[in-house]
Amino acid sequence: MLSRVAESIYWAGRYIERAENTARLIRVNSYLMLDTPKGISPGWKALIPISGLNEEFKNYSNDPSERDVIKFLIGDQKNPGSILNSLKYARENFRTVREVIPRTAWQKLNTLFLYSKENVSTGLTQKGRDKYLDRIISGSQQLHGLMASVMYRDEAWHFLRIGRSIERAEMTTRIVDVRSENILTDIDESFESMSFKNIQWISILKSLSAYSIYRRRIDVRVDRSSILEFLFHDKLFPRSLAHCIASVEESVGMLANSPSPLKSLRVIENKLNKQNLEKLKLDTLHAFIDEIQLGIRRFHNALEKQYFLSPYK
Amino acid sequence: MRISFSHYDPGLFYDEGFVSKNRARHSSKEMIKLFRKMHEDELAARQSSAELAIIEMGISFTVYTDKDGNIDRSWPFDIVPRIIPKSEWDKIESGLKQRVKALNLFIDDLYNEQNIIKDGVFPAEVLADSKNFRPECVGIKPKAGIWAHICGSDLVRDTDGTMYVLEDNLRVPSGVSYMLENREVTKQVFPELFETYAPLPVDDYPTDLHEMLTSISPRKVKRPEVVLLTPGIYNSAYFEHAYLAHQMGAELVEGRDLFVDKDECVYMRTVAGAQRVDVIYRRIDDDFIDPEVFREDSTLGVPGLMRAWKAGNVGIANAPGAGVADDKVVYAFVPDMIRYYLNEEPGIPNVPTYRCMYKKERDYVLANLEKLVVKPANESGGYGMMIGPAATKTERKTFEKLIKRNPRNYIAQPTLGISTVPTIVGKTLEPRHVDLRPFILSGKKSAITTGGLTRVAMRKGSLVVNSSQGGGSKDTWIVSDVRK
Repeated sequence: MLSRVAESIYWAGRYIERAENTARLIRVNSYLMLDTPKGISPGWKALIPISGLNEEFKNYSNDPSERDVIKFLIGDQKNPGSILNSLKYARENFRTVREVIPRTAWQKLNTLFLYSKENVSTGLTQKGRDKYLDRIISGSQQLHGLMASVMYRDEAWHFLRIGRSIERAEMTTRIVDVRSENILTDIDESFESMSFKNIQWISILKSLSAYSIYRRRIDVRVDRSSILEFLFHDKLFPRSLAHCIASVEESVGMLANSPSPLKSLRVIENKLNKQNLEKLKLDTLHAFIDEIQLGIRRFHNALEKQYFLSPYK
Repeated sequence: MRISFSHYDPGLFYDEGFVSKNRARHSSKEMIKLFRKMHEDELAARQSSAELAIIEMGISFTVYTDKDGNIDRSWPFDIVPRIIPKSEWDKIESGLKQRVKALNLFIDDLYNEQNIIKDGVFPAEVLADSKNFRPECVGIKPKAGIWAHICGSDLVRDTDGTMYVLEDNLRVPSGVSYMLENREVTKQVFPELFETYAPLPVDDYPTDLHEMLTSISPRKVKRPEVVLLTPGIYNSAYFEHAYLAHQMGAELVEGRDLFVDKDECVYMRTVAGAQRVDVIYRRIDDDFIDPEVFREDSTLGVPGLMRAWKAGNVGIANAPGAGVADDKVVYAFVPDMIRYYLNEEPGIPNVPTYRCMYKKERDYVLANLEKLVVKPANESGGYGMMIGPAATKTERKTFEKLIKRNPRNYIAQPTLGISTVPTIVGKTLEPRHVDLRPFILSGKKSAITTGGLTRVAMRKGSLVVNSSQGGGSKDTWIVSDVRK
């Protein structure tokens, strides 16, 4: 497989996943807002750091209101991480590698992009938002399902899977990082506050489609350390860090000349396995997540150096 | 309301659907019968469902505009097929094969012995002035003497029904992917007509193309590495490049994906390291393929590619330099070439062409400027042309001077009454002008598309069929003359 093609597929995988993740975040936050009393409502501003877009938002608006945040995340032309742009970049990447991906996958992505573009004004209304986001999420899932069922398991498949899983891993770390700040600082142990915290923990689980599995397999009660354990260490949950990293490792292992990217993955895994999550306080959790995120970036660099086309090679 | 043809009037032109007002041609009878039974909303609905399918399939071409930069436009398509009887097509097919065979012999001769010049059939001064003659290619003998592996020849039909060759595109002809996609879409739109007509399939093309490309591999390996070299995503024909690569299972590469190593072989950069390339189907003009030899500022090409080709380490289709025969003055000599190399009479005529370099022909042109179309030798896309009947006195004067100053650079042709085909306009059908571009493959064997790409000028009276200027396209059906 051409290096340039591998790179495009990797990024397409990331962008499709990013669009879906952003749609989930907005959706879950909308529900969370409905469940929380006005005074202690977490608002919309947390979605910006979760999406890793602090700088970009600063240039866009100084008002983290529902309207601005949603417009920024769904349809802003200048926000590289908006749903619209993520799908646009995914499509551009697919377009440059159209010959190696299934024709039906291209059509599906093309249709999804056209939908997101043509209906963006509906997506920005309170009434139309949920349906719009639902189409983005199910469109992305259909696309993944389609590719999983028809793609030949060659390098194209593996680079796509690496891109998707890495993006997913990053998102899981960011959701926990940003949301936990809100929940862990508050030392108010009153009944209202506790039940509000529970709602927030549940919303974390819901943003990752984890709520029902968590209740069925782990605990009916919402418990901080078992949630962290689940989201970081559970090997069977597809959005847990451990699972995402293992998928990446499996796919990288199928590629030629993989020792260096594999090594950087093992660094992440060691860190993850050694960490006792129960003992983490707000600041140590934060530092731990920073280290994991740094590890992910280092893996990306190793991958790029080994496989992608640098113009000066 | 049912569709009515009472207003359908091709006028003086040859119409491919109708013999005269309201009387369908034999080959189109069944189709017209279906339309007469159809409600006009139904026809419009089928047209819009085809347009939707084209958007969803992402069949597009890229146009450049000053305002938005490069934009991807959906391929304009008219669902009513153009029908050509097989008996007629067979003649066109053999005429085209003959023509391309002669053209390849001609190019090979020009870059080697130049017998055609020595024998006085082709003038040395035409060659001397040719923009597309590449001195860098002199003395090279590509495999089987083939230079123009893929040729797209444009055919038009005059008022009396004769098909003429208007021009041969020997550099990087495009459009074949749209021919293939048009068929896919038409299948969805008119399944009932496929049952009646059983048009001959067109989908052999990617297989034929791949087979031809592997046949020019210098290495004798079981699966030679064939790549399609594209200028990239912003090229107007990028859709086609990706489509053909996908259909052939070949890598779609850009210049930066390839390099020529010390052994003068071409390699591509892959995730598993460098991998040898045997055949390059290039969709980049000569000027840009190798900055070492041609344009230095080209970033689209591969430095050293010409060295690798000359050393016989890679096959290139079309061969560099093949464009020498892609010249309107050279065109005028094709009938002579056919007689010279093959000792045969041309199977499809050229549009009668006056070569201004010859005094007798020039005198005729200068005396009849108001009746003729004057074209410069090396421009394409209608650039620098004069259409006599539409030109002002001053324009004619200007061209008179231009021709006298540089007679070799001009040819003139009578204005043709190009044929029409029923085409959807709103909810009804009207005659619109068409041309036809078949694609001819030459390698060890030769092959030709079944029919080709029919381009249609969507505006009333217009002869401009280019998609960038409001032209559309149609599916082209070659159908057996004898039907059940």
